[in-house]
Amino acid sequence: MSGTFVGMPAFPTAAREALADTQLRRNLAHATRTIRDKRAAVVAEVEDWEELRVAGAAVKEAALRDLATHLETLEASLVAAGATVHWARDAAEACAIVASVAHTHGVDEVVKVKSMATAEIGLNEALEAEGIAAWETDLAELIVQLGDDLPSHILVPAIHRNRAEVREIFRRRMGDVGRPAPDDLTDEPAMLAGAARAHLREKFLRAKVAVSGANFAVADTGTLVVVESEGNGRMCLTLPDVLVSVVGIEKVVATWSDLDPMLRLLPRSSTGERMNPYTSTWSGVTPGDGPQEVHVVLLDNGRTRALADDVGRQALRCIRCSACLNVCPVYERVGGHAYGSVYPGPIGAILNPLLNGVADEQTASLPYASSLCGACFEVCPVRIDIPSVLVDQRAAVVDSHRGDRVPKPEAVAMKAAAWTFSSAKRLARAERASGLAGRVLGRFSRTTLPGGRAAAGRLPGPAAGWTGARDLPAPPTESFREWWDRTDGGRDGSAR
Amino acid sequence: MRVALQVTCVNDAMFPDTGKAVVRLLRRLGVEVDFPQAQTCCGQPMVNTGYLDEAVPVVRAFVDAFAGYDAIVTPSGSCAGSARHQHSIVADRSGDPALVAAVAETGPRTYELSEFLVDVLGVTDVGAYFPHRVTYHPTCHSLRMLGVGDRPTRLLEAVRGIELVDLPNATECCGFGGTFALKNADTSVAMGADKARHVRDTGAEVLVAGDNSCLMHVGGMLSRQRAGVRVMHLAEVLATTEDTEGGSSGPAVGERAGDRA
Amino acid sequence: MSARDEILGRVRSALSGVSPAVDLPPAPRAPDRGDLVALFVERVEDYRAVVTRCSPDDLGSVVAEVLGSASSVVPPGLGLDVAGSVVDDGLAAADLDRIDAVVTRARVGIAETGTLVLDHAPDQGRRAISLVPDLHVCIVDAAQVVADVPDAIALLDPARPTTWISGPSATSDIELDRVEGVHGPRTLHVVLVG
Ligand code: SF4
Repeated sequence: MSGTFVGMPAFPTAAREALADTQLRRNLAHATRTIRDKRAAVVAEVEDWEELRVAGAAVKEAALRDLATHLETLEASLVAAGATVHWARDAAEACAIVASVAHTHGVDEVVKVKSMATAEIGLNEALEAEGIAAWETDLAELIVQLGDDLPSHILVPAIHRNRAEVREIFRRRMGDVGRPAPDDLTDEPAMLAGAARAHLREKFLRAKVAVSGANFAVADTGTLVVVESEGNGRMCLTLPDVLVSVVGIEKVVATWSDLDPMLRLLPRSSTGERMNPYTSTWSGVTPGDGPQEVHVVLLDNGRTRALADDVGRQALRCIRCSACLNVCPVYERVGGHAYGSVYPGPIGAILNPLLNGVADEQTASLPYASSLCGACFEVCPVRIDIPSVLVDQRAAVVDSHRGDRVPKPEAVAMKAAAWTFSSAKRLARAERASGLAGRVLGRFSRTTLPGGRAAAGRLPGPAAGWTGARDLPAPPTESFREWWDRTDGGRDGSAR
Repeated sequence: MRVALQVTCVNDAMFPDTGKAVVRLLRRLGVEVDFPQAQTCCGQPMVNTGYLDEAVPVVRAFVDAFAGYDAIVTPSGSCAGSARHQHSIVADRSGDPALVAAVAETGPRTYELSEFLVDVLGVTDVGAYFPHRVTYHPTCHSLRMLGVGDRPTRLLEAVRGIELVDLPNATECCGFGGTFALKNADTSVAMGADKARHVRDTGAEVLVAGDNSCLMHVGGMLSRQRAGVRVMHLAEVLATTEDTEGGSSGPAVGERAGDRA
Repeated sequence: MSARDEILGRVRSALSGVSPAVDLPPAPRAPDRGDLVALFVERVEDYRAVVTRCSPDDLGSVVAEVLGSASSVVPPGLGLDVAGSVVDDGLAAADLDRIDAVVTRARVGIAETGTLVLDHAPDQGRRAISLVPDLHVCIVDAAQVVADVPDAIALLDPARPTTWISGPSATSDIELDRVEGVHGPRTLHVVLVG
């Protein structure tokens, strides 16, 4: 990945640009619909899906609530199994550890398994600065890397690209960094996948050092788990001599048997399959089989900040399945780049502020990037109540501005609304004013709603945001409250 | 049973016909509702925008107005969701144990209209008559926060004369989302445009839902498109009978602004 | 302070006052699906893998037929003579890349998900041999088929590396359309014995 999210505008601005990208809209609508339908079908196959979700949420929640114990157990198990354990407070520390392992072995390239943690810490850029090329080997990551692009989805970082665009990227760029795409490359997905196989095979065969993440880390056995589809993960985890895995501290589960609900929940939620093609588990070093030098970097980078948040802690249960992105109506229309982070969509809208705080305007705009429709919570395999966390993070944003010398117009409006709404008398007065406006509008209105009610068309000023695309019903001349008073709740025999 | 109507601030100020329809409908079913005059708003606009401190006096006004009622009926999935799921958050924030106790009383007694009809009164056929082609949009908060399920459609199916047609992608959000419609206006409109398209595809004359805020959003777009589809709250359809049904722009359907000016 | 101690300290302070007790409900079991082996075959085939069922006596000839003229590698403890195949003794990846096929056994088959799990015991060999060649012929005994994921987890030894295989290598990365055949074996041929 050569692009950077640094300097991205706040969500509403970025979303406006994305909404105008017709190709993006079409690609996303097609892809998200496909995956939603697949997920729904395989989830419907599991009779006790809800109980399975509850069990999965509990496994992760239990691990988080006693995290220090489990991390110490994990470390001890890993060391006993022959691995070297490192701890990284932040992105820079984690990147430096990986770079130093690579330098120790004198390599100028590493192969990588797709990993959110390494994307989050900007590992590729950090290694590049150290003269080490990091080759992404997942097909979608490869598309993003070759296209100098940014990831836009947790599972399928190139979801915003269609087959024709992928073909173009492969034809233009593969030759620059290795085996070129075949001359007769078409936009058939099978042929594109074949080109990636041929391009990467030489890199797999010669790589000395591989970098991975992990989907799960089992504390009591020191086992790491990588869930994947293509076999690029197996290549990286098996062929090189040295393996470095960067693992967020929230990936821990307590015991080997805890993998059961997780490995049933993840594939169905993620790729919409009963099981993903390949899952690899390994515990440290296996003599004579696979890498003989194994490093594990346990990464904080904001996770302990999220852990301290009583409402937001549940976001650390996330198993990065991406189901919440695929069902999100906002994500479906604006795509992932507008979120300005490797974590887009509903989970990104809570995880970014939880990991990083809401001091910068871009991150502070994310909790508002949702209509709170709740579709994400409904599908989340570990039952993260994303809407509640969104609301709580909105409160964090508002609270962070409570000391401002000049309050935002929104804060002034909300205070005024609260003042009005805390007294029925004040509300009635406001309604009488609005009734007057209704009378005026009713008289001069040139718009009639279907059904006959008068309405406002395009209005200037603060109402423009609404009336730019929607007619606005004129306020009625009499509020409900006034009607109730006048007619004794309709009991006085008056018509309505 | 003492039953209170929480008409909601939006209905009070903008859609009084919905409140009147609830009164008429429940009266027809033998339930006299009170309208506690001290009521204002459920506080959701503040909560969902992150203004929890500001929501405290509003929630206080809510529990004061509705204390002592056996049931609080509201023609809004969103406001019922607010009372049931968000008031406790606000009360916790206030640090006032009395408010915490009060919302624990009012929250569980707050019913969205279709829940009250089906669960509390035990009726699905409310004796309504509505000879129009109708499609129903399940609003997100009624669907996912409250879990009203098929109660609204069971009520609609029992309406005489109605031609109820399925809305494609029905469970997808319309894009209203409260302040979302203003803060992320472009995305909101993009979502609303798709909802409006699905509504038009049904060939329905009337789009029905249980939340007037969502209807104001989608209806505002349909109106702007001159789509020939009007929006109506579920309560208004259920309140209509052979006696009051008056054709496409009849008095039971929508109040003409200025008609009592 | 070391990064380790600092992170553990942050974790402890983040959780101060948070009870570690969480109710852990057991994960539900799938209902009885009847003939597990039939279900296993159906679900493996769903991934567009090929399944051939045979008796123990026919295993050798079936494997030979599946391989045809393909060159092959076998693990040292396969327990089956495969004519003309190379026995792995730590072959380099580049050597494996020149071999067409691999024949291994498996540790367990999961009916519900159509999954084979290898624990890389001597009858399955090093992880690399079942990865690099393009055709994987995997022999599984009907008695090794279990109902669901929890049964497999209970049988597996976490100290060993395991590889869970559900169909040939695949990707959905282009428009979320699944296509078979990326880096792992593009053909998975399961020989089910018994
Ligand atoms: S929040 Fe839930 S649905 Fe979204 S990616 Fe994480 S686990 Fe999946």
